[in-house]
Amino acid sequence: MLADLLAFDFLRHTFITGLLIGFIGPLLGAFIVVRRLSLIADALSHVTLAGIAFGLLLEKRFAIFILPPFYGGMAFSVIGALLIEKLRSLYHSYQEIGIPIILSGGVGLSVIFISLANGFNNDLFNYLFGSVSAVSRNDLLTITGITMIVTIIIILFYKEFMALSFDEEHATISGIHAKAIHFMFIVLTALVIAASIRIVGVLLVSALMTLPVAAAMRLTKGFKQTIIVSIIFGEIAVIIGLITGYYFSIPPGGTIVMVSIIILLLSILKKSKTTGHNGGVQHGYE
Amino acid sequence: MTNSIISLKHIDYSYEDKTVLQDVNLELERGVFMGMVGPNGGGKTTLIKIMLGILKPDNGSVSLFGKPMDRFKDWTKIGFVSQKSNSFNKGFPATVREVVSMGLAAKVGYLKFFNKHHKEKVMHAIRQVGMEDYADASIGNLSGGQQQRVFIARALVNDPELLILDEPTVGVDYQNVRRFYDLLHQLNQNDQITLLLVTHDTGAMTEHATDIVCLNKELHFHGEPEKYTSLTEADLSRIYGHPVHVVKHDH
Repeated sequence: MLADLLAFDFLRHTFITGLLIGFIGPLLGAFIVVRRLSLIADALSHVTLAGIAFGLLLEKRFAIFILPPFYGGMAFSVIGALLIEKLRSLYHSYQEIGIPIILSGGVGLSVIFISLANGFNNDLFNYLFGSVSAVSRNDLLTITGITMIVTIIIILFYKEFMALSFDEEHATISGIHAKAIHFMFIVLTALVIAASIRIVGVLLVSALMTLPVAAAMRLTKGFKQTIIVSIIFGEIAVIIGLITGYYFSIPPGGTIVMVSIIILLLSILKKSKTTGHNGGVQHGYE
Repeated sequence: MTNSIISLKHIDYSYEDKTVLQDVNLELERGVFMGMVGPNGGGKTTLIKIMLGILKPDNGSVSLFGKPMDRFKDWTKIGFVSQKSNSFNKGFPATVREVVSMGLAAKVGYLKFFNKHHKEKVMHAIRQVGMEDYADASIGNLSGGQQQRVFIARALVNDPELLILDEPTVGVDYQNVRRFYDLLHQLNQNDQITLLLVTHDTGAMTEHATDIVCLNKELHFHGEPEKYTSLTEADLSRIYGHPVHVVKHDH
């Protein structure tokens, strides 16, 4: 792959994009997992699919290119994120109810747009499962921009994000503006999902945000440590997943997720081994 | 300059048609260790939430540090340890140091980072509650009593003038409850922190508090622990709304 990497622009774009999403996916994923919102990524990715399908529909039926599928996906994802936050405040005691509503809404819209556009095509298949050849130069620039925005905002608001994720009530009482911070957080989530879809696909994007974190949490004590280890796991999964995907002509979404699952299994094995040596003092993270 | 840290005047509050608080008047003076007792559903937690601005009373006014609620901004002067501290997400991968530093987040302010001074403050608060040996341990792996101390440290890290604790000893074993009251005593006496403790544990309360208030919809009693212990069974039954039999504790 190394020689090919140098030879083909598109592969280089894919590889760099892979490294970027292997970084921001688990970085944001750490907060999503500890807030028990893992399913939010799934809901938003399905809304993103609706946006992509809408973009494809405009292209195919009306030859309108105002909203390229990738940006259509991003716009829908952000709107979906805002709706989830709205539902979260409307149903205060059922905070997760927005997730199935938005998820099914996303799938419903997708189905409608896809059939209006005369059904599945190869492009759509790439969006569902990811592709090693789908990243254009423009996509790469946008994803680099998203990576920078996400990283800077997380560094700037790290302590607020962490305090709110750990104990929302306490953080609010101490004077942190929970609403504004949540809003920012969920918009970031939408952006990261839109950025990741090119490579891992709609159906598997949440895996890149949650599996590395689930594995890291079993091995670490602190939150910062969890984030760092999650990112390392995410990058390993992306690198091995992209290379094997490329050689065996498999959509990289599948290979990246399977590598993540192997990492998760190894971390579970390692943890139970260490617990055994300690005589089972650890309470674990069940 | 008033000496009242919290001043509640004619507070009414109801959830839909159920009246929870009726004409509650309360002054919390600087330096006291106030214990608030009363039956379940007597409105204790509701009153705390009103003091903290989480709930708005239907009638009446709240002043904090001499300022009306809507003009009060110095929230870091008030430390709060909630009932919920016992049911936080135990799987959250945070070290004791990280949990305590979260208490400082609002005080440090937006777009600013923790510096060396803040890190020392965090360590100081951890030492205050005697958890320095566990600074880098994961919060989920500690016992209930240890976790409670960490949450107190998270409140102390802001140097609060008032510490409000809502049923903090639920789920903490007897040995640790004793240590916990010793710690509170120390914070009140040595560090001059005003305390408001909501509890079921009237026995421990009469031993440690300087003031006791008894809340059951209305404020039924406000006085020294000696006066509270001298209440007759008839008085208590009236307060609690059902027959009460006093069990003498010999400490």
